Amino acid sequence: MAKVKTFQDLILTLQNFWASKGCLILQPYDDQMGAGTFHPATTLRALGPRPWRAAYVQPSRRPKDGRYGENPNRLQHYYQFQVIMKPAPADIQDLYLESVRAIGLDPSLHDIRFVEDDWESPTLGAWGLGWEVWCDGMEISQFTYFQQVGGIDCDPVSAEITYGLERLAMYVQNVEFVYDLAFNEDFRYGEVFHQAEQEFSAFNFEMANTEILFRHFKDAEKQCQELISGNKKLALPAYDQCIKASHIFNLLDARGVISTTERAAYIARVRALAKACCEAWLATPMGDYKPRFG
Amino acid sequence: MADLLLELFSEEIPARMQQQAAKDLERLVVGELSDRGLLFEGAKAFAGPRRLTLALVGLPNKQSDVSEEKKGPRVNAPTKAIDGFLRSAGVTLEQCEKRDDGKGEFYVAVVHRKGRATADVLAEILPDCLGKLPWPKSMRWPQDTNAPVRWVRPLHSILCALDGEVVPFVFAGVTSSNRTRGHRFLSKGEIQVRRFDDYVKKLRDNHVILDGDERKQIILHEAKNKAFALGFELIDDEALLNEVAGLAEWPIVLVGEFENKFMDVPSEILQTAMRVHQKYFSLRDAKTGKLSNRFVIVANMETTDGGKAIVAGNERVLRARLSDAKFFWDQDRKRTLESRVNDLRNIVFHAKLGTQLERVERIEALAGTVAGKIGADTKQAKRAARLCKADLTTGVVGEFPELQGVMGGYYAEHDGEAREVALAIVEHYGPTGRDLTSTSAVSNALALADKWDIISNFFKIGEKPTGSGDPYAIRRAALGMIRIILDRKYRLPLSALPDHTTEILAFFAERLKAALREGGTRHDLIDAVFSLGNEDDLVRLVTRVEALQAFLKTDDGANLLAGYKRAANILRIEEKKDGIAYSGEPDPKLLLLPEEKTLFMDLGAGRELISAELERERFTEAMSAMARLRGPVDAFFDKVTVNAPDVALRTNRLKLLARLRETLHEVADFSKIEG
Repeated sequence: MAKVKTFQDLILTLQNFWASKGCLILQPYDDQMGAGTFHPATTLRALGPRPWRAAYVQPSRRPKDGRYGENPNRLQHYYQFQVIMKPAPADIQDLYLESVRAIGLDPSLHDIRFVEDDWESPTLGAWGLGWEVWCDGMEISQFTYFQQVGGIDCDPVSAEITYGLERLAMYVQNVEFVYDLAFNEDFRYGEVFHQAEQEFSAFNFEMANTEILFRHFKDAEKQCQELISGNKKLALPAYDQCIKASHIFNLLDARGVISTTERAAYIARVRALAKACCEAWLATPMGDYKPRFG
Repeated sequence: MADLLLELFSEEIPARMQQQAAKDLERLVVGELSDRGLLFEGAKAFAGPRRLTLALVGLPNKQSDVSEEKKGPRVNAPTKAIDGFLRSAGVTLEQCEKRDDGKGEFYVAVVHRKGRATADVLAEILPDCLGKLPWPKSMRWPQDTNAPVRWVRPLHSILCALDGEVVPFVFAGVTSSNRTRGHRFLSKGEIQVRRFDDYVKKLRDNHVILDGDERKQIILHEAKNKAFALGFELIDDEALLNEVAGLAEWPIVLVGEFENKFMDVPSEILQTAMRVHQKYFSLRDAKTGKLSNRFVIVANMETTDGGKAIVAGNERVLRARLSDAKFFWDQDRKRTLESRVNDLRNIVFHAKLGTQLERVERIEALAGTVAGKIGADTKQAKRAARLCKADLTTGVVGEFPELQGVMGGYYAEHDGEAREVALAIVEHYGPTGRDLTSTSAVSNALALADKWDIISNFFKIGEKPTGSGDPYAIRRAALGMIRIILDRKYRLPLSALPDHTTEILAFFAERLKAALREGGTRHDLIDAVFSLGNEDDLVRLVTRVEALQAFLKTDDGANLLAGYKRAANILRIEEKKDGIAYSGEPDPKLLLLPEEKTLFMDLGAGRELISAELERERFTEAMSAMARLRGPVDAFFDKVTVNAPDVALRTNRLKLLARLRETLHEVADFSKIEG
């Protein structure tokens, strides 16, 4: 049980591990989003009766968390490793702990615990019960049994596991400053992302044209509604627009142009889109597909 | 006699739910058993991160046999009716007796029910009990049955043994057995269990301390010892102790350390970062009380390196947390509180009550008014009010909301605000819990203003506390005001405050009763004084109530109350009969007997004296004046017949009693007094 040495080893190890447990290894979704949960492979596939198992890396954008490359661990762009299994296997906690061993954290030397933390995403109208997983007092994963997505009950219940890859890697590599992480043997994380953090922080906080963003939010909202309100319902393209609207909202929020009251209203608008997309998805063949087994 | 052992083994149960779940489990099982005539000698329930356990001792092996008679139809009733009866009673016609009630013969079925074996009863009721366990938050489980239940987290196994024999049942797809598991990482494997003693011992061998109280004791003992060895003392934190005892089955106490460079950060921030985010206990110097840079970790793991890696990991996490906190602390002080006040317009306080800025403006005006009434420096009170919510926009409070006020105080001090102003910002959320009220008048003026703003405005928009809920903590606000006013003896008539209503005054009377109940003040006396109306001065009200309570404890008081009740009773009956309310001056010429003459004279003098004493708020003296009426009242009832045959005489005597009633009502509405 050697410790994984580099950031990319961590990713490869997790991919191999979950592939061996029957998960599809998907690729990141090609839209900007705040968390791996927004990937349709989680949001939409968590709904309906069809079994599903997938794992993927998802670049996650949190415009407000930009720190111009100066904070030791806050990033406006970081990676999540996401696992979704539906229905949740009875031994999912054990599988998770096996994955922790696989990346070289020995539970017999560390203090690994499941501490109550019920996950909730107001923008997706989603929530679940679960834990933060602590390793020696540090949160290394979020573990959730999905109860609702888009305001719709999840039946069967999925288990979702999210690893914050940078934080986990910092722990495994014993690094205090994220940019010092070894991405592979030759490159540091900072060489790959430091400039991007600087530039995007400036974009998120100073340069993003709010007029354009407000317009784009409305456009995405409109396009989304059109795609699911007509006779021909296109759940997946509509959901893309929902993801876009959500990210644009996050940018506007980072620019500080949304007041507290408006904030709630914007979140409600995105949630309405997500809900409509989820409902539309359930009406599609894949959403409603009845498996031959299980 | 038999002993039951029941254990529900699941994925990690949130610490905050464990205690209640154990109690609920005991209550449900005990209730169902007693309903079925199964009583026992003792019950004990335990809870921990992964298991709920119930142990019952001294259960009977079976229920007692019972015979029961069921009355049936008459023997000549239609066959259909008789058949129906036989079916429902579960007997044949031959098993029925015939009886005669004088009106004819009817059937009686004597049903003998043999007591069932306790094991069978348990197998039947336990699935129901488990299904009824009320979790604050639960999930559907399991996936693969048609009868999913709601449970806090997936349930993995059920151990159920009655005197060592498995009680077989299925709940949520899990079949009961005599097996369980120990600690997640330290257990040697599956455990087979027969009885409770055996269970506790085997769990311990597999690194599980079953009893939460024992886990707490271990943690406390170890933490204190380790602190002492380092020359520090543990800062007690009962809530944290309860929580960490719910997060570990095998608690291991370790000590970590953080860099001295963080010691410049206010200790409240350090402590909160350790406690809230990381669940660490803080230590302090026993002599100076100064926070130590050592902290106590409660792990759930015993490692071969003696916890070295665990301590190093926790220290790293805390370092990152404290770096963040220090960053915010340094950033926050770059701006003055004053410059932040305007930012409050971006924070909505309540949709119907505007922004925090609008709230601050209201509190500012109020603080001025209140300060004037209670003798606080008006300028300072208003200044503190203006700044009191500005820390809501700071980084530290964003990270640690529970430090609101405390941080405002630090920043105000840093900005060079007056000491009283900074203190008021810290103290205006108080008094909380059992804290003493502040001795600073400026703090109290602001605290009163802040709370009155909440109470009066939420009443205004109809968001009053109800039996089921008080989301805006209005009751707590009222209690806070009551405590400050009474502790500091502030003469602050509530009707001097803007937006007061009779409804709010009545609400305060209710809160006052609740607040004073603990101190042994009788709620009926508060009612008696309050219902005179116009009493909006809490200090005066309470002084009066206390004087009254003391008076009623005396012989004179008790007798006078009895006399009053007698008078009031007579008046009630006669007034109803006559359809009028008696009042007005009795005619001295119609007073025949010496006893009524004396009472008349004494009432006249007494009433004047009582009014005068009340006017000067000399309540004890007012009571003494009242006490002097006891003799004449007793003598009156002794010798005088109120319902005299002579109408004029009777009317006059009723007027005299009415006069007595009015006189006593100067002090309190005696009709509200119990006993």
